Amino acid sequence: MKKIAPIVEVKNLYKSFGSNHVLKDFSMEVSPGENIVVLGKSGSGKSVLIKCIINLIQADSGILKILNQSIQDMGEDEVDQLRSEIGFLFQSNALYDSMTVRQNLEFPLRRHWSVEQRKQGAERAVLEALSDVGLAHTIDMMPAELSGGMKKRVALARSLILKPKVILYDEPTTGLDPITSREISELMVKVQKKYNATSIIISHDMNCIRITSNRVIMLIDGKNYAEDTFENLQKSTDPKIREFFD
Amino acid sequence: MTVNSANLSKNQIRMLKTFQIEQNEFLKEIGNIARFTGKFFRTVIKPKQEYKEFLNQCFWIGFKTLTLVGITAFIMGLVLTIQSRPTLVEFGAESMLPAMVSVSLIREIAPVITALICAGKIGSGIGAELGSMRVTEQIDAMEVSGTNPFKYLVVTRVMAATLMVPVLSSLANAISLYGGYLGVNIRGSVSWNLYWFQVFDALSFGDLLPAIVKTFFFGFAIGIIGCYMGYYSKKGTEGVGRSATTAVIVASLLVFILDLIAVQVTDLLGLT
Ligand SMILES: Nc1ncnc2c1ncn2[C@@H]1O[C@H](COP(=O)(O)OP(=O)(O)OP(=O)(O)O)[C@@H](O)[C@H]1O
Ligand SMILES: [Mg+2]
Repeated sequence: MKKIAPIVEVKNLYKSFGSNHVLKDFSMEVSPGENIVVLGKSGSGKSVLIKCIINLIQADSGILKILNQSIQDMGEDEVDQLRSEIGFLFQSNALYDSMTVRQNLEFPLRRHWSVEQRKQGAERAVLEALSDVGLAHTIDMMPAELSGGMKKRVALARSLILKPKVILYDEPTTGLDPITSREISELMVKVQKKYNATSIIISHDMNCIRITSNRVIMLIDGKNYAEDTFENLQKSTDPKIREFFD
Repeated sequence: MTVNSANLSKNQIRMLKTFQIEQNEFLKEIGNIARFTGKFFRTVIKPKQEYKEFLNQCFWIGFKTLTLVGITAFIMGLVLTIQSRPTLVEFGAESMLPAMVSVSLIREIAPVITALICAGKIGSGIGAELGSMRVTEQIDAMEVSGTNPFKYLVVTRVMAATLMVPVLSSLANAISLYGGYLGVNIRGSVSWNLYWFQVFDALSFGDLLPAIVKTFFFGFAIGIIGCYMGYYSKKGTEGVGRSATTAVIVASLLVFILDLIAVQVTDLLGLT
């Protein structure tokens, strides 16, 4: 069988902050249409990893390829263009708190759509993205008026508005009750099917991982310590992996 | 500066080293602010201006500070006049009161006090706003969505401050003169027409021009410092608070330094 070219490729990635070596020779590959979960302890560098992938944090060394382009060597405009194909859900949601939900969702369109396009299609795109997450009625509310779970869903809608090919989720369910967290996980699977997207999900919520993942990568000691399906990892006898499942 | 340890006690060495570190930090910070200002000029000429956000900021900066500046300016004019009267009376120059007061208000007091109020209100406002946007990753989110946050947030705010501080200062000039009129008439009595005649007789172009020009620099400094402190805010709520306070302190200090430079330059240009 011919091997499909990976859509995201990370090779020998290093990143340290002063003497704090966070990523040490991390590598991974993600195929198109796959849902990958990165699992690791708090502070192990998961957020740093996906911020490196989208070049919010510059890696010290290593190769990063996303949609067959190496984001590290690109000019500002090309990076902006590439980023329009990538959705990013922040751990902290990062909703613009001085703007309404509608303005939050329209914000990514400013750069990538022309004025004409926005006049004609922005309203529809915003409503579609909000309906996808079941929050069409919040369109004119401020982020401060939303609950934690609603904020998360609005943030998700915002990262989907440009119909990205790759979506990066940083702990989409942390801090939510089990029911909401299950809803969000199912939403992510639904969205992934609808847009035929590839996702990299950071999580340590076992239910979320079970629902969403095709494959799990264990980020331990700054390395890709192990990767396998969730079921296989669950059966592992390695003590470092067992810690997460017991 | 290197520390020669030959005949210094351990404590003295430690103190000197701390001093050295602080001095280095201080110089580094100045370098960073200079680089930030350079980035501003490089970004401001790039195409696709954020006119809407710029007007928005002008409105907020002007509107939020207007009442405060107005009240302060009026009181300043009033108080300065009342305070100056006894001295002038002593020299039998009471009739010079409107002329003297208006020159000091227009040349120095109104612009500098307005700038200080703006440093407090606008500087801290921008510092806290951008600081909390940094801490809650909103600035990162803008970057990810392909909008240059520097252009959208920093350039618009600095431009708005540069434009609005002179506007506010001009308003303060006018309002403080009204305060002066009231002050003159509390003890003495000078007719409305005579007051304004004396004021405009005393003021010359050379008084007004440098006073207005320097307010543009005040506004620019307030905007740049507020944005710099907020944009590179340290993580955590403490970082936001610190950004706001540091912005006020540094901006106020810069206002005085710029004022000092302005007075030298006007002197050299012979505009006195
Ligand atoms: N901007 C930064 N400057 C300095 N150190 C940083 C920075 N960002 C992250 N770190 C450090 O990198 C390490 C990994 O942080 P990261 O946020 O990636 O953890 P995480 O795996 O996402 O944890 P969590 O599950 O709690 O979100 C931490 O030790 C953190 O102190
Ligand atoms: Mg994290």
